[in-house]
Amino acid sequence: MATITNQNVSDFNSPNFPTWCPGCGNFGIWAAIKSSLVRLNIKPHEVLMVYDVGCNGNMCNTINAYGFHGLHGRSIPIAEGVKIANHNIPIIVTGGDGGLFGEGISHFLNACRGNPNITVILHDNQVYALTTGQTAPTSDQGYVSKSTPLGAIEIKLNPIALAITQGATFVARGFSGRQDEVTDLIVKGIEHNGFSFVDILQPCVTFNLVHTYPWYRERVYSLDENIENTEKYDRTNLVKAYEKSLEWGDRIPLGIFYEEKDKPSYQDDLDQLKDGALVNKNISNIDIDSCFDDFM
Amino acid sequence: MKLPFSQKQKYVTNSVTWRISGQAGFGIAVSGDLSAKVAMRLGLYSHSYSEYPSLIRGGNNSYSLTVGSSKVYAIHKYCDILIALDKTSVDIHEKDLSKGGWIIYDSDIIPLESFRKNADYKLIGVPLSTIVKNNSSETVMRNTVALGVMFGYLGVDIDILKDSINSVFKSKNEKIVEEDIKNIEDGYKYSKENPLKDFYFRIEKNLNNDNIRQKIYISGNEAIALGAIKAGIKFYAGYPMTPSSSILHYIAGKQKQFGIVLKHTEDEISAANMCIGAWYAGVRAMTSTSGGGFSLMTESLGLSAITEVPSVYVVVQRPGPATGLPTWTDQGDLKFCLNASQGEFPRIVLAPSDVDEAFYATFQAFNLAEKYQLPVIILSDKLLAESPVVTEKFEYKDLKITRGETWIPGEKDVIPHGYKRYMQNNLNPTGVNPRTVPGVMNGIYLANSDEHDEYGFVSEEADNRVRMQKRRYLKFTEATKEIPEPVLYGPKHAKITFIAWGSTKGAIISAMEKLKKLGLNANLLHLLYLSPFPASSVSALIESSSNIYLVENNMTSQLGELIAQYTGYEISNKILKFDGRPIFPEEIVNFVLQNKKNKQIKKWLQ
Repeated sequence: MATITNQNVSDFNSPNFPTWCPGCGNFGIWAAIKSSLVRLNIKPHEVLMVYDVGCNGNMCNTINAYGFHGLHGRSIPIAEGVKIANHNIPIIVTGGDGGLFGEGISHFLNACRGNPNITVILHDNQVYALTTGQTAPTSDQGYVSKSTPLGAIEIKLNPIALAITQGATFVARGFSGRQDEVTDLIVKGIEHNGFSFVDILQPCVTFNLVHTYPWYRERVYSLDENIENTEKYDRTNLVKAYEKSLEWGDRIPLGIFYEEKDKPSYQDDLDQLKDGALVNKNISNIDIDSCFDDFM
Repeated sequence: MKLPFSQKQKYVTNSVTWRISGQAGFGIAVSGDLSAKVAMRLGLYSHSYSEYPSLIRGGNNSYSLTVGSSKVYAIHKYCDILIALDKTSVDIHEKDLSKGGWIIYDSDIIPLESFRKNADYKLIGVPLSTIVKNNSSETVMRNTVALGVMFGYLGVDIDILKDSINSVFKSKNEKIVEEDIKNIEDGYKYSKENPLKDFYFRIEKNLNNDNIRQKIYISGNEAIALGAIKAGIKFYAGYPMTPSSSILHYIAGKQKQFGIVLKHTEDEISAANMCIGAWYAGVRAMTSTSGGGFSLMTESLGLSAITEVPSVYVVVQRPGPATGLPTWTDQGDLKFCLNASQGEFPRIVLAPSDVDEAFYATFQAFNLAEKYQLPVIILSDKLLAESPVVTEKFEYKDLKITRGETWIPGEKDVIPHGYKRYMQNNLNPTGVNPRTVPGVMNGIYLANSDEHDEYGFVSEEADNRVRMQKRRYLKFTEATKEIPEPVLYGPKHAKITFIAWGSTKGAIISAMEKLKKLGLNANLLHLLYLSPFPASSVSALIESSSNIYLVENNMTSQLGELIAQYTGYEISNKILKFDGRPIFPEEIVNFVLQNKKNKQIKKWLQ
């Protein structure tokens, strides 16, 4: 996708450099977010980044753009509130397995249902990294950690399957070791009108010693590479997408699992936004005379 | 007890309390509203009060209305007329009949044995079930017939009843309205065909009130909703919770007219955070809930405080803890609201006393939140929230919106590393910095729940932390300067002084009127703002008063504890009630009169 742009990735750099561990998968996501904004020719003041709390959230210091680093698990409601107040602003939410699928899972699945026009990026490292390596909802069953020394009893949560079944209209997965693909998915997610979810597999080099870069590299393949089938993958087929979302192990698919282009977004369905963003409404002289009729 | 009128007087006019009672699903609330609108059309003032259990069918619901020719501040404890639609209503409410009161009951289904022998009240048995059956109407219409009977005896013109039905049922189809009119007419006819010589209560056109069209019959919840609409909210997010839900309902119904977006969220946590998101983007927003929902919202309060993104919460109290008594009233959440959320940060907490204050204070809450960029909590309770009263239309034309400072950078204001949204220097002695919103060029900043530097970037530096905390409190000091002192009702010096907050004001003012008739003049210091706490006003009053009574709808006297904390004074006379019911004026009067320890009062009464 070649868009002429007069911006550089460095326009999105703040004076601060990330504090992640050397080799952290977050570096790839950080770079991909900035590249995607450059590619879309969005200026720093025209976009909002909403950061959840966790290692991903430490990105808040390192991006030059409007930012909101909210409470743990509550990044999606912040984004939804902003989007209703000013639907002209593109919004990217970044969150981890804990924030999005532990503390904040009800917000995630209700956002899938509502289809607000925001992009949610999951930093998927299957571990609670910032709090030193406890079990995440996305951790493998049996995972041994400080909080589960006897092994996690729960089965792992499947972010892609969850998003697809709850009504998300753009569901994709990337691997932070394949930065160009991740950039491409984020660009498409932002361009998508509706709720877009990009699950990014991101090795935690300190606490997750199973899901490493080599582990992923051996397994990941692109849905568009069309290796196993002669038939092209149909990303508009909900049932096929669900089937595909269950594939995990020796082979891990990447790319756009599901896309529904024509469904109106939450903002499209609000008549109140038809004549402009709420933030631009004049509130200085509201006449409430007609309301008194309700009480007579 | 004396009769409420002298034997020489033929009628007691325009001073009566009636109560309608039956199972949930009997249309008690609707007939209550209808009865209030009849009184309003006569130019009468009124104060309502309803009781209902947390269920949809069965149990017992009741609606009471005290009417008067001047402003009615509180519902009376005793009723003069009880409309009983089932036997349970008799069992529950007959103890509340005033001496010489009447019970209008459905003689088809309530046996005569249900009533006490030698009771002080009198009976009007009406075959309500037969009348609705003859009209081929549903049983639910019995209340309309009963109202026809009551207003017939009270001497109200039938046209006023019809006009009120048209007003209450304007959203219903014509057939239902016609049916209601037929039923009310039949009840009315019954009263004319069965005259009662000793029915002394009358209501008639109030000559003291020449401009009926300037009056509204409105609840605290509706007044708060209207205040918020006038204040320019364009976003509301919430999750239903009794007794706050009618705020949500009213705003929901006005979305299109005022261009407001209302979002029924998955939970209160989401609601509060969405509102903060909307405020951050530059839109006034509100959420409302009760204690349980506010428990879930608490973390967001601190988020609003540290990011300096304004917020307005409405908390409508009901008795806790936990699910508690969902449909009853209480003032148990004062200290909770003052202290909710981790860490130290300033907030403004205000507790309106009546529907007028609910409207104006809500409007003001938004100005304060935005001007000082901090959370504001409007604290109400079930009594205020769900008890409509007749009041004057709100005077709103002169209300001014203050949005606080907004930074609109010029073209040359190129700022390499973003805008110093959280700076502190000599240019902002108030601690408040202008806000920007996404989309504003050169206004980029980070709203950060971590402690942060001037740009919003995370900072754990000791000096910075101290500066930021001090600056956030400096804003509060500034806000305090413009917050009005508490109002003293009644004479400056009085034999008896009450101190209260929130919705107990009405009962106290009503009690003060009764005490005055007994020769005891009283005054009331009412606290609208609880944070910042008006310590000097309270101290001064305590120092200049001799008989002080604290009145609160809670068990532990939370205002009393605050007064002790802020002034060092302990008030020992406490009128506390925490059974889920409001404090009635009669109870306040009795407490004062029966305060045997207080020799001074005994002396005054002699």
